[in-house]
This record gives sequence, C-alpha cells and structure tokens, in this order.
Amino acid sequence: MIWLTWRQFRGSAALTGAVLLVLVVALGVTGPGLAAEYAAGIAACVPDETCLDFFDRFFGSYDLLFLALTLVVLIVPALIGLFWGAPLVTRELEAGTHLLVWNQSVTRGRWLAVKLGIVGLAAAVAAGVCGLAVTWWSGPLDRSAVPEMAQMAPVVFGARGIAPMGYAAFAFVLGVAVGLLVRRTLPAMALTLVVFAAVQIAMPLLVRPHLMPPVTGTFELGRENVDGIGAERGGTLHVFLRTSAVPGHPGAWVLSSDLSGPTGRTAVEDVSGPSSTVARTIPISTTSGPCGPEGGLAPPGTSPCLTEINRLGYRQQAAYQPLERFWPFQWIETGIYALLTLGLAGCCLRWIRTRAS
Amino acid sequence: MTAVLEARALGRKYGTRWALRECTVVIPAGHVVGLVGPNGAGKTTLLKLASGQLAPTTGDLAVLGARPGNTPAQLALVGFVAQDTPVYAGLTVADHLRLGAHLNPRWDAPLARDRVARLGLPPARRAGRLSGGQRAQLALTLGLAKRPELLILDEPVAALDPLARRAFLEELAEAAAAHGLSVLLSSHLVSDLERVCDHVIVLVGSRVRLAGPVDRLLADRPGLSLEDAVLTGMDER
Repeated sequence: MIWLTWRQFRGSAALTGAVLLVLVVALGVTGPGLAAEYAAGIAACVPDETCLDFFDRFFGSYDLLFLALTLVVLIVPALIGLFWGAPLVTRELEAGTHLLVWNQSVTRGRWLAVKLGIVGLAAAVAAGVCGLAVTWWSGPLDRSAVPEMAQMAPVVFGARGIAPMGYAAFAFVLGVAVGLLVRRTLPAMALTLVVFAAVQIAMPLLVRPHLMPPVTGTFELGRENVDGIGAERGGTLHVFLRTSAVPGHPGAWVLSSDLSGPTGRTAVEDVSGPSSTVARTIPISTTSGPCGPEGGLAPPGTSPCLTEINRLGYRQQAAYQPLERFWPFQWIETGIYALLTLGLAGCCLRWIRTRAS
Repeated sequence: MTAVLEARALGRKYGTRWALRECTVVIPAGHVVGLVGPNGAGKTTLLKLASGQLAPTTGDLAVLGARPGNTPAQLALVGFVAQDTPVYAGLTVADHLRLGAHLNPRWDAPLARDRVARLGLPPARRAGRLSGGQRAQLALTLGLAKRPELLILDEPVAALDPLARRAFLEELAEAAAAHGLSVLLSSHLVSDLERVCDHVIVLVGSRVRLAGPVDRLLADRPGLSLEDAVLTGMDER
C-alpha cells in the first residue's frame, strides 16, 4: 500500500519539491544580504535614535516582496487541499479505479489510512519548509514592519513559524473529506476552497484573540501611537490615534485601542481620519497656547501640543497580544488544527466504509 | 455441496430506486456460473454486493461463508473485475503487476508475468495507452493472479474481439478446473456463456427468474439451445 501511494503521489511530490527547492535557494541566497543591511542600519541609527525612521525606510523598500512571500505561505495550504486533498478519492471514483484497488486484499479503510498518513505528512512538511524558510528570511523585516504587518497581526502570524504545517495538514484532510462526500473532483475542489477560506478567516476573527486573555495597558501619546493631530481653523482639535500600535511593543497584535480623557471616559468621535486610525476630539484651544497655530505645525513626536495633551491626562487605552506570545500562540494554534485534522481523518475513515461507492 | 454465495431476500436501493430486490439465490462451489439478464436487471448490483463494493440495503448475503469485503482475508479470497475493466491510466503494465504483488498475499507472480507476456502486453507501456481489449486483459490478469477462490467478472469479455473472447473463456474454464476456482460472470450474450458455464442464473427485473445447472435446464426444455432456453425462461412466470 505504501508502494502504491508513493507511486501515485511521486509526480506531484517531485513537482512540489522542485518549486520549494527554487524558493528555498532564492531565499537562502538573498537572506544574508537582507540581514546584513538591517544590522548595518541598526548600527547607524542607534547612536542618534533615528531607528524609527530607518525601520520605515528599510521596510518600505521591501514591503512588496514581504507581502508576496507572506501570501505564498498563506496560499500553499489551500493549494495542497485543492490539488492533493480533493482529488485523492474523487479521481479514483471518476476513473472507476476504486473498483480495482478496493478489491485487492487491502480493506478500503487501510487504503485510505495509508494515503492520509503519507500524503498528509508530505503536506505538513512542504508547508513547514515553505513557512520556516519565509520566517527566517523575513526576520529583519518582521522587526521593522509597520504596525498593520506586525508579526502577531492576523495576516503575518499565519505565515510564520509552524502554523502553516497545521493549516496544510488540515486543508489536505478537508479536501479528502469533501471529496468523499461530493464524489466529483471539480465541485469538491471548489467546496474545499470555500470551507478552508472560511475557517482561515474565522480563526483570527473569532478564536485567536481569545487563546490567552489580552494584555491591557494605558500609554502616553507619542509618535508610535499617534498618526497626526489636526484642527479645523479656530475650531476643535482632533487626535488621530493608531488602532494597530502600542508604544514599546513592536510586533504586537492590537485588538482595541482608544483614547481616554482626563476623567477616564472616552472622548467623542466625530470626524474620519487616515485609515487604521480613530479620530478623537480634544477640547483644547487651537487659537493660542501649545496647540495654537505655531505649536500644531511641529511633527507629532516632538510637538508641544502632544506634550500638553499628555499633561492634561489623555492616554491611549489598548488591549493587545504582545509579541512574546508568538510561540505559545503558534503551538496552541497548530495544536487546534492538528486536532481538527485528526477528527476529520476519523470521519473520512468512517465514511469510506459506509458512504463511498 | 457448499455454497460460494448465498443470498436471502437481498435488496439494494439507490436513493428511492430499487436496483435489486428480494433476491434469493444459492450458488454452489466449483462451478462456472453465468449470470444473464436484460440491461438494468440488477446484474452489476448483485456482483458489486457479492464483491463487497456495495453494502446491501436489506437481506442477507454470505460469500464463502462470510460477509463480503469486510476483512483482508475475505478480500483475498474473492476476485472482482468490474465492468469496463478499470485500470490506472498513468501506471504501466509492470506497475499494475507490482500493485497486485504488493496488495495480495496469495499473488501468483509467475502466472501474471507469463500471461502478460503471452498476450503481448508491453510491460513498460502505460495502461492509458493500451487498447480497450489490452486493458481488459490486464484487469483480468490482476483478477486471475490474485488466486481467489471465487472470481467475479462483470461483463469481462465485452471489450474483447471474438477470438480473444473465446481464448479467455477457455482459459477461465481451465483455471477453474485446475485450481478449483469458482467463477461468477455476467454477460448479456448467452452465446458467450454457453461455452464455459455449467450453471446459469437468469435475473429479470431484479428478481431471479431461473437458476440451475445448464444440463438440467436443457433437459427440461428438449430441443432448445441454451439461448432459447434462457429466453423462454425469461418469459415464464
């Protein structure tokens, strides 16, 4: 059975292996250069405290590549589910070869168990190699990424560490299960994609934020969490507070962020600001004082106006998952997907005895 | 006389449609049994049930004294070559023989090798590039080399030319005699069965209309050929 599984799988295994090899070699060749550029930039920026500027410059020049590689890691499990999982049984049913192979001296339960084991393992290894190679290559960029692309943030987290292995094993078994129920390849592929995408969206929206209770904190306003300050002429002052960053915790996944006033309640919102910010109104004079016409012009980090707002007691109140929880979260999430995978595999083994043919 | 197959009130439903209903039949061991009947009579369903590819909806079925297709031991004793003789298009002839050797404890490698060589099937050719007749011969080789006690064949000669058809049926009769193999094969051509079968089951409208040894069937209807005897049997009530 192992021989037959390998004989039927070796073509797609070789193709996938070749593509992965090209990716790994490309990353291996360019990775050290990227790390060196990062190290040189850090050495230059630390003495004069301009590292935030360096991060913006450095990440800005590689952001497209960073995003593309992240997407590759996110897509690989879906492709495995589509092209390895869904056709595994339907291909046999459509060609009629199930009537040949299920009548050799091997029960169909064992036939499926061996296939699930070998191809599922290959799926996890392929996604694991891809994910870990990209994780290693992206290291310097993860340390300098904009808050929206923080290492704990939904899109990036799923493309780092060991989680892709869990996704791939799950996607594969999901494809097999859908194939067993739908029994035709193309509808099975379509349905697999829809269900897998739904699970991958539901996970960061509904489950991941609650894997551990989020950390809550109160932070002074500064360059890292304020995108800008604006005032209508002679009118009210608005602070545009970032919704995805907290000072001193780069890489964190910010679940909620809002402004609290001197009395502890949240100031009122009434204008829209740049994306991924919330606008909050602060009752302060914009005609004179630190937030007058002269003070407001300075950059946010050094603005006397911001200093004045902080002095009045305005703070950012945020709940977040800090970067220190990256590996615990990776293990928990991979464990959840491993359990889902085993459960679905059990269903497949039951269904193939009762439903198929 | 032991039975290779014993069905009692056997039925199988696809959705709301009965493909086989109230089928009660006993097939004795050591015979070549022909299953005949018009299209849609339930022949394929009965054979799939017997090989364990399908589970019955109602009734009981015992093949070689056990429930079909449940255990590796039971699977090893029953060979099944499905209609249209499916093979893996992407695997070569040699791959198919390796598949058989890997998956069957009773595999007869010399038999498989000799048969493939005798029929001139190129071992390195992919099954997808064989002719229909060659594909059928490959599937039949797998069925024979498995060395089952009961070999079930669903329209096995449909894809073969008349000469190959005759040769295969003779081979089948020889194998049955040499190894004590029981054979259950279906066909809608009675002339095919006449040559090898010593037992006939006539299935009409998913019910067994006629069953018994060929010589008794002929003795009961003097002057008729097997084909005519079967046809009159189909009309009898």
